[in-house]
Amino acid sequence: MWHYAIKRLLGAIPTLLVLITISFFLIRVAPGGPFDTEKSLPPEIQANLEKKYHLDEPLYKQYFRYLGNIVRGDFGPSFQYKDFTVTELIARGFPVSLTLGGLALLLAVLIGVTLGTVAAVRQNSWVDYALMSTAMTGISIPNFVVAPLLILFFAISLNWLPAGGWNGGHWLYLILPVLALSLRYIAYIARLMRGSMIEVLRSDYIRTARAKGLSMPRVVLKHALKPALMPVVSYLGPAAAGIITGSVVIEKIFGVPGLGRYFVQGALNRDYTLVMGVVIFIGVLIVVFNLIVDILYAVLDPKIRLQGKG
Amino acid sequence: MTKPAVKPHPSQACRFTLRSFLRLLPVYVSWPLAAVATIAVLTGCSSSNDEPVQVERIVVPKVHLIDGKPDPAVLAEKQILRKGNGSQPQTLDPHKAEGVPSSNILRDLFEGLTGESPDGRIVPAGAESWDISEDGLTYTFHIRHNGRWSDGSPVTAQDFEYGLKRSLNPATGSKYTKILSPIRNADAVAAGALPLEALGVKALDDFTLRIELATPAPYFLGLLNHSSTYPMHKASVEKWGDAVAKPGHLVSNGAYTLDELVVQSHIKLVRNHHYWNDANTHINEVWYYPIEDQSSELKRYRAGEIDWTNEVPNNQFKWIKKYLGEELVINPWLGIYYYGFNLTRPPFKDNLKLRKALAMAVDRDILTGKVTQFGERPAYAFVPPGVSSGAGTYTPQNPPWASWPREKQLAEARRLYEAAGYSKTNPLEVELRYNTSENHKKIAIAVAAMWKQALGVKTRLINEEWKVFLSNRKQKQVTQVFRAGWISDYNDPMSFLELLHSQHGINDSGYNNPEYDALLARIAAEPDAEKRTQLMQQAERLMLADQPVMPLYSYVVKRLVKPYVGGVGSNIMDHHYSKDWYILKHRTEKVWLDKDGREVSSPHDTRDASAGEKD
Repeated sequence: MWHYAIKRLLGAIPTLLVLITISFFLIRVAPGGPFDTEKSLPPEIQANLEKKYHLDEPLYKQYFRYLGNIVRGDFGPSFQYKDFTVTELIARGFPVSLTLGGLALLLAVLIGVTLGTVAAVRQNSWVDYALMSTAMTGISIPNFVVAPLLILFFAISLNWLPAGGWNGGHWLYLILPVLALSLRYIAYIARLMRGSMIEVLRSDYIRTARAKGLSMPRVVLKHALKPALMPVVSYLGPAAAGIITGSVVIEKIFGVPGLGRYFVQGALNRDYTLVMGVVIFIGVLIVVFNLIVDILYAVLDPKIRLQGKG
Repeated sequence: MTKPAVKPHPSQACRFTLRSFLRLLPVYVSWPLAAVATIAVLTGCSSSNDEPVQVERIVVPKVHLIDGKPDPAVLAEKQILRKGNGSQPQTLDPHKAEGVPSSNILRDLFEGLTGESPDGRIVPAGAESWDISEDGLTYTFHIRHNGRWSDGSPVTAQDFEYGLKRSLNPATGSKYTKILSPIRNADAVAAGALPLEALGVKALDDFTLRIELATPAPYFLGLLNHSSTYPMHKASVEKWGDAVAKPGHLVSNGAYTLDELVVQSHIKLVRNHHYWNDANTHINEVWYYPIEDQSSELKRYRAGEIDWTNEVPNNQFKWIKKYLGEELVINPWLGIYYYGFNLTRPPFKDNLKLRKALAMAVDRDILTGKVTQFGERPAYAFVPPGVSSGAGTYTPQNPPWASWPREKQLAEARRLYEAAGYSKTNPLEVELRYNTSENHKKIAIAVAAMWKQALGVKTRLINEEWKVFLSNRKQKQVTQVFRAGWISDYNDPMSFLELLHSQHGINDSGYNNPEYDALLARIAAEPDAEKRTQLMQQAERLMLADQPVMPLYSYVVKRLVKPYVGGVGSNIMDHHYSKDWYILKHRTEKVWLDKDGREVSSPHDTRDASAGEKD
């Protein structure tokens, strides 16, 4: 397995190189630069700043300089947050996003899988209808609608929970953003789980198990759950990367100091180094998550064997 | 299945109880949309019905000032202030910082040679007193002997000299070198043409600082509380270099010192107990929260998590006015919102009549009364009202047509429009460009509608992302009419008038009038405040007659402030110092408000509460 994992990671290097190259040139094509503001800067100062950050060099030189720095693990200084390097910012933002996204994902899997299973077992009953219509609602309501409603209800009307902020990750501050972030995923996973569980429950070996007199909970937990999880697992890879890095809207509404906000602010401010740093980081993250999903696959399904073919 | 009726009775809409929620729970489970709708009704309380609503109100004691200080009996035990502060500051290095959010924080961290009282008067701060030579060109500052850095070391004249020189050192990359141009050789030093030693700033001894000016600038004292003039602790800069502004590294000389900085989360300042006036400071901790999203900020304010908002959402004016009216603070601000014409290309090149027609056709009273709504003042002149000129308050030079009745303005606009060669059958087609924002969009739509109605102009609205917009404006290739706004860094009419100098970096209209440039040069050299004011008014009239821009309104500061924050003053610069404030003892009580936001004694009584008491 280690052999497989290392081979897969090495195989991702060309992908990352393409990613870096495209993003590097794409963000430079966007009009305006990091030091363009409404205030007019004396040309000498502008030149000084550009020189300091090597922005006065030809683009190809900057590109190779940047590649060289990355190899040494140096993402450079942030143009926008001048007191910090990009590495520092990612190191501060990622744990926040990871906590938020990880909890949301955990919640989504636990609740989503449970609800999906219950709905599948009670197929076509009122329980099934209620759960699935809730899930449909969950999928169709975007989180920028859900989040303010949750705040109005729990923070302002009831005054039980804080309306925003992070407070070093205190649990009270986590509840609303985690809930708002996970609702969609709960709903999606519940629907996914229901579908695959119904399919599995109809298969021959389940019928055999039932015929042998095993109880329904035992059949579901011992025989049906593992194969029914397969589609959920394959969905988890992209979902995990998305949920951990892409919670931009939630981070903005709740004032959470995560990675997603850097990404958006960085792009708006033409903070080249910050955007590049986050792009590369997310790229690596997606590669790693996909790898984990592949390994999980093999654990869940004995038919799949990890081979060096990738 | 039919949809169950779950809409609560209007009078119950706001009296939400857990029991009522649980009773309806089965309905919510089977009809999640109904749950969402109910929550929306409950929380967006009574926006749709006329029944009285219950709200919490904060009650504070009456403040008695003893020797200008609040009676200690009314002060709350916890002196912690929490402020919404817009976007994340780029840095807290005073000489590299830029923008309003960072200067708000720096005002608490550092102290310049001069300071400001809560109502905006210039008061001694880092300097105890000063002498100004008769020609207005030499300033001698007597530095306070009891000034201390947050590490306990004395603040000296050399620290101020070092600060100004660091600010103007081209290697520092300060974005505010331009506002320091009145200092002798400042421009040349900032450009690297002259060495730092040539700058007209010199510490004569530990507590005397001499600043020589190249041109008399009556607003110079006001400039000396700007962050780019703050002193800097030389030893820390030499020790930490670029990382000097981090918590633990930054040594400051103001009432507070930097304790924590978490990007996109908060900045926490604590008392600098070495500060010379620490004995008269009340607030122990100041928390600044970077909250860009105005509606998030409003929610956190309502939840009691912040005491002071940076702004309020424009589109919730009515709601705020009604339910938080007593906490809404609106003050004039030193800023102008205007549209510029690109004078370098058709259709506005050499077409004064057309520019005038468009400027006259806009009904600014409707714009401020119906669109912006927060008490912004209609503007016809370029300098906003309330700016001080060194000889009292400057009177903005409205063009003669500003006071005409609306019909006359419209008739003249039509006459000019036709004289410029356009008509109903041959209408002007024009592009109006603005940076993406809900507020700018509303204004652009209103202006386009006014042009259409008055003259038949066909306007195409184009919104662009900020940096793209700035770049287009600067290049003057594709722009025709563009949005612009300017909030001044210092309180002087020149800070507005200079924007239209032919060589100025943000003269995005491309206005080039040698006569105007010559007037600006004369103003800069004029030592007499009275004469200088007259010259500025003359320049403003001259420029407005050419209509390179069309002013729309002057800005206001609009924010919510909890009633228990005491000592807050108002000034046109919107500069505030937490050291002047205090937190009052307070409790909350529940009151009923009717549909107009008036207090009533019970949910069923729509009479005025005070009238009820008389019975």
